[in-house]
This record gives sequence, C-alpha cells and structure tokens, in this order.
Amino acid sequence: MNQIKASEQKKEQKQQQEQKQEQGTSLWKDAWIKLSKNYLALFGLGILALLCIISILTPWIAPYGYEEQDLILGATAPSIEHWLGTDIFGRDMLTRIMYGGRVSLTVGFIATAVALIIGVLWGAIAGFVGGRVDAVMMRIVDIMYALPFMIFIVLLMVVFGRNILLLFLAIGAVEWLTMARIVRSQVMSLRKQEFVEAAHSLGLSQWTIIRRHIIPNTLGPVIVYTTLTIPSVMLLEAFLSFLGLGIQPPQSSWGLLINYGVETMEEYPWLLIFPGVTLSLTLFALNFLGDGLRDALDPRTSKD
Amino acid sequence: MRHSPATTAPNPATHSYLRSNPVKALATLLLLTLLTSCGGGENNVSTGNRSGTLHWGNGTEPQSLDPHIATGVPEHKIIVALMEGLVLKDSKTLEPRPGVASSWDISEDGRVYTFYLRNNARWSNGDPHNAHDYVWSWWRALQPALGNLYAYMYFPIANAKEYYEGDISDFEQVGVKALDDLTLQVTLNNPTPYFLQLLDHYSLYPVHRATIEKFGDADQRGTRWTYEGNIVGNGPFQLSEWKINRRVVVERNPHYWDADSIKLNKIIFYPIENAVTVERMFRAGQLHYSGTVPADKIATYRERNDPALHIAPYLGVYFYRINTRVPQLQDKRVRRALGMTINRDKISQRILKGGQIPAYTITPPGTMGYHPKSDLAFNPEAARQLLADAGYPNGEGFPTTEILYNTSEGHRKIAVAIQQMWKKHLNIDVKLLNQEWKVYLNSVTSLDYEIGRAGWIGDYVDPNNFLDMFLCNGGNNRTGWCNPEYDQLILRSAPEAKTHAERLAIFNRAETMLLEDMPVIPIYIYTSNNLVNSSVKNFNDNILNQPSFKEMYLEADITDAGEKN
Amino acid sequence: MWRFALNRLLQAIPVLLIVISATFMLVHSAPGGPFSADKAVPPEVIKALEAQYNLDQPLWKQYISYLGDVVQGDFGPSFKYSGRTVNELIAAGIPATAELALYAMMVALIIGVSAGVAAAMRPNTLQDYVPMSAAMLGICMPSFLLGPLLVLIFGIYLEWLPVSGWGDMPGDKIMPSITLGTGYAAYIARLSRGGMLEVLSQDYIRTARAKGLSEPLIIFKHAMRGGLIPVVAFLGPAFAGLLGGSFVVETIFQIPGLGRFYVQAAFNRDYTMILGMTIFFATLIILFNLLSDMLAIWLDPKLRQQARGNN
Repeated sequence: MNQIKASEQKKEQKQQQEQKQEQGTSLWKDAWIKLSKNYLALFGLGILALLCIISILTPWIAPYGYEEQDLILGATAPSIEHWLGTDIFGRDMLTRIMYGGRVSLTVGFIATAVALIIGVLWGAIAGFVGGRVDAVMMRIVDIMYALPFMIFIVLLMVVFGRNILLLFLAIGAVEWLTMARIVRSQVMSLRKQEFVEAAHSLGLSQWTIIRRHIIPNTLGPVIVYTTLTIPSVMLLEAFLSFLGLGIQPPQSSWGLLINYGVETMEEYPWLLIFPGVTLSLTLFALNFLGDGLRDALDPRTSKD
Repeated sequence: MRHSPATTAPNPATHSYLRSNPVKALATLLLLTLLTSCGGGENNVSTGNRSGTLHWGNGTEPQSLDPHIATGVPEHKIIVALMEGLVLKDSKTLEPRPGVASSWDISEDGRVYTFYLRNNARWSNGDPHNAHDYVWSWWRALQPALGNLYAYMYFPIANAKEYYEGDISDFEQVGVKALDDLTLQVTLNNPTPYFLQLLDHYSLYPVHRATIEKFGDADQRGTRWTYEGNIVGNGPFQLSEWKINRRVVVERNPHYWDADSIKLNKIIFYPIENAVTVERMFRAGQLHYSGTVPADKIATYRERNDPALHIAPYLGVYFYRINTRVPQLQDKRVRRALGMTINRDKISQRILKGGQIPAYTITPPGTMGYHPKSDLAFNPEAARQLLADAGYPNGEGFPTTEILYNTSEGHRKIAVAIQQMWKKHLNIDVKLLNQEWKVYLNSVTSLDYEIGRAGWIGDYVDPNNFLDMFLCNGGNNRTGWCNPEYDQLILRSAPEAKTHAERLAIFNRAETMLLEDMPVIPIYIYTSNNLVNSSVKNFNDNILNQPSFKEMYLEADITDAGEKN
Repeated sequence: MWRFALNRLLQAIPVLLIVISATFMLVHSAPGGPFSADKAVPPEVIKALEAQYNLDQPLWKQYISYLGDVVQGDFGPSFKYSGRTVNELIAAGIPATAELALYAMMVALIIGVSAGVAAAMRPNTLQDYVPMSAAMLGICMPSFLLGPLLVLIFGIYLEWLPVSGWGDMPGDKIMPSITLGTGYAAYIARLSRGGMLEVLSQDYIRTARAKGLSEPLIIFKHAMRGGLIPVVAFLGPAFAGLLGGSFVVETIFQIPGLGRFYVQAAFNRDYTMILGMTIFFATLIILFNLLSDMLAIWLDPKLRQQARGNN
C-alpha cells in the first residue's frame, strides 16, 4: 500500500514538475507575445537592429573613408556633400559616426555582457548562500571598489600592451561591482519571501528555486541596470581611449566624438550634436526595449 | 546688494537645515537661482580695477614656491612676484636692467662680473639684503640633497659644476665672492653672453637664510618656509594667502626697494587647469588674464580682431624625435624624407590656428640675432626620391611605424594630420600611440619608441639652450643620435669664439649638421597665446612670455570695456 | 543590527590591509617614477630625492615603514607638492567635496525618486514616459557635457550664475550640484521605477488596495519601503564615490576638492598621495556600503528578521 502510495506521490510530483517545466518554457513564449504587443519596445528593438546592421555594413556603405582628410576644407556645417558636416580635419562626420558606432556598440554590448555575467553570478551566489561566503565575496567587492582605477589601467596598458580585449576587461572589471551589489540585495530580499519559502517547503531543490523563482524575479532590476550600464560603458570607453588604452586615432567611437565635440561646442556645434543624438537615440531604444523586456518577463504580471 | 547673508550657502546651519528638509532645500536652491539671476552683479574685473587687484589665471596649483626647488611656468609667475634677482629683464626687449644690483662691471675677457648692490634693498620683513645673501643662496642651490632641477643654470660659473657633482668639496673655490656687503664678484669659466639673463631666472634668486633655517636644514626639501605667514622674499610683492587648489594671493611689499613705482595692490593667482574653463572665466569677467586659450577659440578671437588676444612668438619649438636605433629609421634619407613631407603651413593655419610659425630649424630664428639657414622644406617629390633611394620605392616594404605622443588634445591633432601627410606623400603606414605623461616619459627616455612628439621651451635666450640638447650623452637627446663633431662644435668651439658673429656661425654649422642627419624633425615655433583684459595696462609681450608685474597697472576704460568682450 | 555593524567593521580591517597592500604594489610597479620630468633629471638629483623620501630602500622596508606610519594616522609627505603632507592635502579637499557630494545627492534623490515613483504609479502612460525619457537623457548627458553646457547657457549667455568657483560668489554652488546630481538622478529614477513596479505588483499591496487603503498611503507607507531597496543598494557606493570627489565636475567648475588631487596624484605618481587617497576612499566605501546595507535591512522587515537570526 505504502509503496503504491509513494509511487503515486512520485508520479504526481513528476507531473507537477512537468507542468511547471511547461510553465517555464511558456514564460519565455509568454514574454515574447507580450513584447510583440509593446510597440515602444518593438520600436526600440527596430532601432537597435538598424544601428547594428548599419555598423556591420559600414565599410561598404560609408560615403567616405574615415581617415580621409581635407585640411583646407576644415570644419564645415552640414551640406549636400557632407550631410552631417565635417570635423576640423575636413573628415566626413557621417562616416566617422558610422565607424564610431562599430566600436561603441561592440564595446557597449560585450563589456556590459562581461559585467552582467560576473555581477549577476557573484551577487546571486553571495545573496543566496549568505553567511560567511557572502561576507567574503562582498568584501572582495569592497576591495575592488577601492583600488585606484587609473593606476590599474596604466598598469594593464603596460603589462599587456594595447589591445581592444583589454578594454573589455578593464571596463568589465569595474562595472560588475555595482551589479553584484544590486543583485545580491535583491536575492536576499527574495530569499525570505513567501513564495520562495513555500517552494522550500515543497521540497524543491536549491537549483530549481534559483532557476524558477530567484532568477526571474531579479531580472527586472538587472535589466534596468543593464540598460544603464551600456551608456556608461560607452562613455568609459572614451575616457580609456583618451588615456591610451583602447582605440587609437584616426579610429573613433561615439564617446570620443562627443568628447571632442564638447571642446568646440560653441564653434562647431554639429560636431557635438550629431554624435550626441546618435548616442541618445541608441540609449532610448535600449531603454524602451529594456522596459518592455522587464514587463514581459515579470512573472507576476504574467498571471494577470 | 551682492553679499546678503541669505545668498551665502556654506555655513553649518544651512547644512543641517538642508539635510533635515530636502524639499525645502530644493526650494531654497531654486530661490537662490532666482535671486542671483536678478542682478547682473559686478565681476572680478570691475571690482579688481577699482581696488588694484589683478585676477590672474595661472594654470596649475604651484608645487613649490621655493625658487631652488620649483620648476614650471605657474610657479615661475608667482615666484617673480615674490622675489627678484640681481638683474631684471626689460619686459619688451629682454635686455638686462638693474634689479637688486644697481650696476655692474664686466671684465675685459668677459669672465669676471662685479655687481654693485643697492643699499636700500630689503627683505620683505625689513631685514637688510646684501651680497652675502647671494653667496649663501647659491651655495644652497648647489646642494645635491636639495634636488634642484635647475642646478645646471649655475654651470657657467667657475667650478660650480665640479662642486655640484662632488669633485670639489670646498665652496670657496666656486666663482662667487662677496667683496664687501654690497659688492658681489662672479667668475665664469668662459665668457658667457647670456649670463646676465640667467640672473633673472628664479633658480638664481636669493633666499632668506634665517627663515629657511628656522624651518629646517638649508638643503632640506619640503620644509614649511614657503607657506603663507612664513615666507620672506625680496620682490615687489609678498605672500598673503595660499589656499590649496583655490588661490595664491600676493600683496605689495612695502620694503621693496622700488616700492613706490609698484601700482598693483594685489595679485590673485587662480590654479585653473582646464583651458575651456579658464577661457570662460575670462569671458565672464572673472579673470584679467588667461595664459591658455583653446585652439578653436583662438580662431574665434582672431576673426573678431579681439584686442584681448595677445599672440607673440615664444621661445620654444615643437618637434618630433626619431629613435635612430629603429631599423627602418636608421637611414638618414628616410628621416629626411619624413621631415620633408610635413606640410607645416597647413598644420599651423588649419590645426593650431594661433599664428605658430612653421619651423625648419630647432632653434627659433632670431634667438640672440641668430638666423640659422636651413635647407629643409616641404618637398614631397624629393622626399619620395630619398625614400626610394633608401630602398622603399613608393613606400613599399616600409614597416608600419608608430608616432608616440603624450595624452593631449593638441598633440593628437598634430599626429593625426602628420599620419595622413605621410600616408599621402610617402605611402607609408603610420600608427598613433598615446600614452599617459609619465609612461610617455619613461618610453622616450628609455628609447622605447619609434617617432615621438617633443617640445622644448628655452630657459634663456641663446641658441646654446636648444642645441646642447643633442650632445651625445645629453639627457634630453633621447634619439640615440650621436655626432662627436657636433659635440666638439657646441662644447669647444662655441665657448671659445672671439666674437658674437663667430659664435653664431659655429652654432649654424652645428645646426646644419643636425638637420642633415635629422634625428629630430622641427615642426613649429611656439607662440604665446594670452587673453588680457583691456583694463590691464603695460602688459608687454616678449619671447619668454614673461610680462612684468612690476610694471603692470589696472585702469578701466571709460566705456567700461572690462565688463564684456 | 548592531552586532551586524560591529561584525562588518571588524571585517573592514583585513579589507583595508589588502587594499593598502595591493595599491602599494600597483603604485610602485606603475611605469614612470614621481620625479621623472620633461627636462632630463640628473641622476644625482634623482638619487638625492629618492633618499629623501626613502625610495632607495628595499620595497618591503618601505612597505613596513609606511604601514607603521599609517597606523599612526600619518600618510606621509606629498612627493609632488613639496612641503605639504598628504593629511594636509586631503583635509584641504574634504570640505568642498563633502558639501558638493551632499548637494548633488540631494538633487539626485529628489529628482530621481519623485520621477521614478511617479512613473511607476502609472506605467506605460505619459506620466511614465516623460520622466523616464528625461532620466535617460540625464544618463546620456555625462557631466563633461552637461557642465560646460550649463555654464554656456546660464553663465555666459544669460549671465545668471557664476561660471565657476566654490563659495567665492553667491550662487556658484548651484550648477556644480546639478551637474553632478543629474547623472545619479537618472540612475535613481530608473532603479526606483523598477523597484516600485516590482513591489506594486506584490500580494500585500494588492491586499492593501483591496482593503481600500488610499493610494498615497499605499505608495508612501507600504510600497516605497520595499520599492526603494535597489536604490538603497546603489546609494552606498554612489555616495562613497561622490565623497571621493568628481574630477570632471571639480575641473569644470574650479572646485578645490579631492577628485582633482586623486587624478593628479595618479598622473604624477605621487605615491603617498595615491595611497592616502585610496585608504581614505576605501574607508568611505566600507562605511557607506555598511550604511546602505543597514538601511536596506531596516527597510525590509524580512531581512531584519534574518539579520537578527544570523548574527
């Protein structure tokens, strides 16, 4: 009898789990359906896709070479030949912005991804395991925060030479810290909430709880913070390039173009406005997409 | 009413108030905005004009005000207000003028100088100031422990170098003697035409012994003797305030021998590093003077013919060093080809925009009447031929070469332009590499670079100051280039020259040698770009960019042009 | 709670020790010494200078003697500013930096939280889009862009506010505070919107709504407590960062704060200054992270129980 009961119970549990699994996959499907109804998010996605496509195709479709100078021409306002004007070297701004996008988008996405992966894992583990592990992990974060960043960069540059990979590393190394803190605080607060405790009492494994309850519920803040990290990463890249780590002229990036544009904003405003607008447009797109994703992935709103 | 108590925020009461109620605090902030927006108010320039206070934009926070330790232009500006040497320079022609010494004799052979000091020279605390002060001060300046970077300025004096390097331990043997309280005799190694100029360099200024010894040992660095309230000088002004990263204030020194002729009551030096900020402060009337102008702003000022912009030749040269040990750069034909394909006119007109003079020699032309001949010119045709002769026809096979520059907007622009010029005229690939200042210095001094940006500002007006850089073991050579014949000319022939013309001819021969081998590519001669408010009178431009505070005075124009540009 | 704080403070000792050691190593292995200069420095001078600052001794000896000084609260002399001690320089920079940090944080919190909460109350409406787009613009507007732009508009064209300075002229603190605060405001707005949305969809809020509690009461009494937890986690490092000084804003507005010292020290290889600033900064980070964790516990009743249980 008991055996039968036990096996039945097991069966039930299995069924339950399968059901949940289904629910899990449908979470993503659900999210996609909801996202496709969110026109702003779709618009953001469209803009981002367009920018990425332009960046990829830039070498073939750019109107000029990015290093082609015309010193006699110098800085000119937008015209028919140069839609977005030229910089003080007489280089076409449209071309420069297109090439800059290649650098900025790559750095923005990859470095953020690095920060995201390290930060989320670190914060989630610290928050979930808690206790001594948490203390040690978070103290390491404190230490990393405190180290003098500039010296660190200079050393990286000297020890490893100049390398675009280093740029990702350096940026990733600073950006994950705040992410880790945010995820940790979120996880810690989730850990003690009713539905997680309920899951515990149901006897679900730690991993299942993490996967099914903790991760989806931290996604919101993580997505929000990620959309915040991408722009700051792009600007950090400009600073590092300025210090000599990262890209070297005549190559450029949006951050660098804005940097240069600020210096001459009274004389040649178009050198600031166009890269600025491009960067802003990207960030708005990211923001809309991020919000859409957040809403779509929210497990609670899915019940409505 | 500008200074009503309601509008001054920084007091503890406001702090706690703000903390306690953020909403009210925001309202206060907004209110403040509105309050201050009402009155246009008076700016520093107009208040300064009335009170005789000069507001001076001064680059960076001074590292030291000890004339035997300090280096750098901002420090120099403050020190010349606080101290004075035996001899001054005319602010227009730079000819020697009497300073603490009212007159001097030079012996027939040009080696012995006798200075007659004023009997009314005083330190700013009223102490008498005499010839013994110089002997002691110069002794101090030559103590190795002090770490005086300008010790070499003393080396024309007999045995000074030997004493400094420890070959002689007895200072008595160094060529400086106080014959009596008011007579100082200086003996030189060789006749040195620029020696009188050196006396106006702050490294040869006298310092007040009692003050220094009160705060530490004579050869001790970093004592507190230069702090406000401690420092004693002998110049037209005295230090009254030194707030770190905020301002340095000097006021008239009543004990100065020529105090009656000083018209300024006060000078406030502001350490402002950012060129954009300083220009805006100037435009808003917060400063009478700014020593830096962003390049693109220069063009704007010039287009307007704005009298505030002072452009004058400056005794300095911007050049590229070539590491002659790099394989592809060992051949002097390659180096010449590189030098001949830089279009200096374009760089000066389209990028620098501040009236910089294209340079075809390392020594700025006109230095002490020196007009070096140069066969260097912009000539892409001939350059391509040279490069082909060196084995790189049409640039083929020429390895990618790097231009190193230290992180700065100005250097970047020039490098970007030159990179493109070499690509266009020689068809060679050049990469740019910028390094942070100290890393760059490290790379250049250890010859770990290929082509490197460099600049040199003269300490005194003489070709020697530029040409002795490239002696075989010169610390500033940094190119690996060495020509014993060149050394011979600079070290032996020039000092022994009988006449000024002969001396210059020797320099010209040396310079020709240098340009033929081209371990360095001259690019442009600096100009000083200053913004000077129209109320500042007697601001004279000169090639050392050293206007005299002693002569300056403030007088607002009737139309009150000081308000706006 | 207090045991928790004490525990964390004890943990700070090894953290600081590691920070000091790592920075000491970093600084001393960075290329270019404190005394290299454009014009070649004679070897005699370098030697004399190194002897004066004990740099001629083996590294471990320097390290030990430095640690000894630090324990006594002495950060040593600055290499660059001859005659100044690091303590003196840091003390000179603190007032302006602290004041600026306070104002900037106020600007950030007021703008950020109100925008974020307002947006979360009516998600996907105009009340959401407008403040959030403004927040996004705030992030796009790095201080090196916003500062000069504000100066140009309010300082040069309109002549409403002084273009620079700190406490020299009335109103000169407004633009720097706004410039520095805006970037943080944008972050706070985004984080608080996200946090609030999270909380507003939770059961206890639904219960409260079902009970017929008034909307403001729900928002301010119940939702904001939990909804601002992500903001609080962000505040700790943000405030510590602000107190470390902002190089860009201090440079643009000519403010005598710590940020300029820190950056200049790194560029100048002013070893003692870098180390001193790092220790100061690390202490701030530890303290403010602790404070923000304590605040998070206080805001979140469940964490409060846990803290009580664990420690």
